[in-house]
Amino acid sequence: MANLEINFCGIKSPNPFWLASAPPTNSAYQVQKAFEQGWGGAVWKTVGAPVLNVCNRYGTMDYRGSKVIGLNNVELISDRSLEVNLKEIRETKRNFPNHAVIVSVMVESTKDAWQQIVRQVEDTGADGLELNFGCPHGMSERGMGSAMGQVPEYTQMVTEWVMASATKPVIVKLTPNVTDIVQPARAAVAGGASALSLINTINSVMGVDLDTFEISPNIGGKGGHGGYAGPAVKPIALHLVSSVASNPEIQRSGVPISGIGGIETWQDALEFILLGSTSVQVCTAVMHWGFRIVEDMIDGLSNWMDDKGFKSIHELVGKSVRRISSFGDFDLGFQTVARVDHQKCIQCNLCYIACNDSAHQCIDLKDLKLTGVANERLWPVVREEDCAGCDLCSKVCPVDDCITMVEVNTGRPHITWNELVKSTPEVLEWDKMEEYRRRAKIKIH
Amino acid sequence: MVEHYKPVKYKAWELTLEERFKEYYPPLSEREACLEANRCLYCYDAPCMVACPTHIDIPTFIKKIATGNVKGSARAILESNLLGATCARVCPVEELCEGSCVLGVDHKPIMIGRLQRYATDHARQHNMTFFSQGEPNGFKIAIIGAGPAGLSCAGELSKLGFSVTCFEKSKLAGGLDTYGIVVFREPVEVSLSEVKAIEELGATIKTGVSVGTDITVADLLSNYDALFVAIGLGAVPQMGIPGEDLHGVVDGLDFISQTKTSPLREIKFGRRVAVVGAGNTAIDCATIVRRLGAERVMMIYRRSEAEMPCYHFEYEFALREGVSFMFLTQPIEVFGEGSVAGLKCMRMDLGLPDASGRRSPVPIAGSEFLLPCDMVIKAIGQEKHVHMLDELAKFGVSATSKGYIEVDDVTKRTANPKIFAGGDCIRSKGEASTVMAVQDGKLAAKAIFQQFVLGTAGRAPVLPAARGLHKHG
Ligand SMILES: Cc1cc2nc3c(=O)[nH]c(=O)nc-3n(C[C@H](O)[C@H](O)[C@H](O)COP(=O)(O)OP(=O)(O)OC[C@H]3O[C@@H](n4cnc5c(N)ncnc54)[C@H](O)[C@@H]3O)c2cc1C
Ligand SMILES: Cc1cc2nc3c(=O)[nH]c(=O)nc-3n(C[C@H](O)[C@H](O)[C@H](O)COP(=O)(O)O)c2cc1C
Ligand code: SF4
Repeated sequence: MANLEINFCGIKSPNPFWLASAPPTNSAYQVQKAFEQGWGGAVWKTVGAPVLNVCNRYGTMDYRGSKVIGLNNVELISDRSLEVNLKEIRETKRNFPNHAVIVSVMVESTKDAWQQIVRQVEDTGADGLELNFGCPHGMSERGMGSAMGQVPEYTQMVTEWVMASATKPVIVKLTPNVTDIVQPARAAVAGGASALSLINTINSVMGVDLDTFEISPNIGGKGGHGGYAGPAVKPIALHLVSSVASNPEIQRSGVPISGIGGIETWQDALEFILLGSTSVQVCTAVMHWGFRIVEDMIDGLSNWMDDKGFKSIHELVGKSVRRISSFGDFDLGFQTVARVDHQKCIQCNLCYIACNDSAHQCIDLKDLKLTGVANERLWPVVREEDCAGCDLCSKVCPVDDCITMVEVNTGRPHITWNELVKSTPEVLEWDKMEEYRRRAKIKIH
Repeated sequence: MVEHYKPVKYKAWELTLEERFKEYYPPLSEREACLEANRCLYCYDAPCMVACPTHIDIPTFIKKIATGNVKGSARAILESNLLGATCARVCPVEELCEGSCVLGVDHKPIMIGRLQRYATDHARQHNMTFFSQGEPNGFKIAIIGAGPAGLSCAGELSKLGFSVTCFEKSKLAGGLDTYGIVVFREPVEVSLSEVKAIEELGATIKTGVSVGTDITVADLLSNYDALFVAIGLGAVPQMGIPGEDLHGVVDGLDFISQTKTSPLREIKFGRRVAVVGAGNTAIDCATIVRRLGAERVMMIYRRSEAEMPCYHFEYEFALREGVSFMFLTQPIEVFGEGSVAGLKCMRMDLGLPDASGRRSPVPIAGSEFLLPCDMVIKAIGQEKHVHMLDELAKFGVSATSKGYIEVDDVTKRTANPKIFAGGDCIRSKGEASTVMAVQDGKLAAKAIFQQFVLGTAGRAPVLPAARGLHKHG
């Protein structure tokens, strides 16, 4: 069986599945129960400055009968006393010496405060710290959380303070609420961080009640922005993780990444791993289903690894990162067209209307006489010569493998945009562009 | 020609004979399975799991289908039930897991049986094996009968390191899964693949060996450390009416087993068929003979619709298949010259409740009438293996007045601490079913392990007799 153990900048864990710093890691009871059920590590609910929470704390995105595809919260960091938290962390690490126990911290922005919390946490025997520079509500208004993470200079400064007194690995947790995540990521690395974790939650307003005009979540008649997480944020998180993982400077530093954001299954986790995460963290999925989901995460991942012949997680970390590229480097000569399999087509015509209203009007409804039934329904047929290869029809088709995008060779030159503007800069003028298209046999109608 | 556009044939008589005996439900496609699996709420402490007699972790196996971990799903099923592929097809799910699904209240329960079939089919089609024989522990166990109870016990014991030998009198192992379940519910190959999986775990299955004839119980007791008796029940009893020996009167179980083991076109059946009984076996006989091509199939039952022992969904299935029911009708004679020409019946009324609590039928004087038919199928229950019970009694094994072996509920141990029993031969209460037989085998294996390997027999067996509950049968 595949070996799922990982070594994350010196922190050993029996598997890459960690609980993210959040309600599931609020107490020794929860974390120890989670370890018993298979979680390899846990990032303790952020400890630090004193806080008071409100009710209600959650808003959800429910979509067509599926509950909690997105979760918004206005919860703060731990509202249990620091003393109780430290005592329980110590007990948890003592009971589970081989699991990863990492403590998330957030204090006011002074060197003394940060260095003191580092000492207090390290004294519990925990394996490492995570600096919460990401919480987007409540704490940020007090100059903490994302207020730190959104300013690279602050990120670097606080990281330096922490590193000056830390002896254990320190992970910097990044906020996604920035224009370019690479900036704070590089700042953390410059400050000496041992590792990065991302993403924290995304600013969001969940909705408005159409009867009462109240905001969701409704906190005594008021509401506001909260942090968004859960399956709906996964693509955003994958983008941010891959941007960090593919950045040359970060790559040179060699710091590992803990991927977070919308992970619910072993497949989700694997995608984060392939895009550069050594460990993954989960919050919302556990809040929805309980700790028990880790059993299938472990089982599914190791079955997949056995089937594909992978022996260890480290063989997989970042395996797809080299495929992360940018528009200017894509091959303009790679061309596909849609093909409908009429054996599988159920004639819902969703492809037709999608192409006709929102793409390039190259699907016709035709009387193909395929069935021998009198007055048979018309069939969608792609005019391949006009198909722009945009892929919309196959995305809306409800039948698996009914519309496939097939690669075709129309003689278009295999050149990237960057190469093209370098070799033929005049294409930046419309008339020259038209000329180039004629030469390259690119027809746009 | 586009295939799927052909008009769907949904009437049995529009299908070919072979098509009529294919599995009734088609397998779920990957997409169907995935959509259905995602509909599962993944309840905590799920009621379906409690309702399953083998307590398969249903939400877990379904979640694994949803995440594409079908291999893990199959394993999760087989961990609790080595005959999970058969159970997926034959279990009365409406009465068990699906009947308890929380979505049943205001919606549609999850198709647990068909999802279970999806996962176990995947494992079978990809020749996946999940378990291996345990470290030999030095103990030898003999099992009489290789039906679901015997097979389950054999498999679990092998996993625990016992050396297991099953003695099976029929040519093929599998018991009623192989010979008794209608083909369009479970093809023989599924049952035989489970037999193969049990053998691969290290159990030896000796077919064609009848205990009591080819080898004695005494022999087994002296050569093995313990015995698990899983002999099921016997043939259909006599109706006790004149004309029963006429050509054309058949034993329902023999009839079903022919459809499992002989080419369909060689099976003899009548045009007008009377099926006597109204249990699940009777329904199976009626629907089979109808699908073979009988023009008129009548079920003859002496009580009314409300007292029928078959499951309601089976009754509905028979009605859909075009079987007609004659309630409150008692056969009193089969008539004919050499072969069946008809059944003489009498009309009944319902009187006072009998010992079983059901209102008992009372004949209406002068109501005799003749029902023309050319085949009579008897499906009025199964006899007990009286000889075997007598044989076992010599070794201290007690039986109820109705001829079921008495065992402790938890350990399946009989009054003789070296003899255990399970399956239909102990099922004095509740509906006998494959899944319960599987659970019996599992429990007995656990108890045998406790007693022999861990050396803790636990509490002394509590037999119904010892609790003063005997004589209820
Ligand atoms: C027609 C029919 C349809 C059914 N349909 C369903 C259904 O759809 N769903 C469901 O859950 N249940 C169904 N059942 C019930 C189910 O088949 C039984 O409950 C189950 O098979 C019991 O398992 P068992 O191992 O106790 O007995 P069996 O399956 O009867 O197996 C006993 C085995 O012991 C062997 N044996 C007996 N005596 C000896 C001996 N002296 N020496 C050696 N071997 C011996 C027999 O040959 C047989 O193979 C049906 C039963 C019948 C009769
Ligand atoms: C209710 C709630 C509370 C959270 N509290 C914290 C926190 O105290 N510290 C922290 O670093 N992140 C916190 N997070 C963010 C999560 O750790 C995680 O980064 C985020 O939820 C994305 O992961 P997910 O999609 O698996 O939920 C919280 C998230 C939620 C939903
Ligand atoms: S989840 Fe528990 S704590 Fe939260 S509102 Fe419900 S009952 Fe109260």
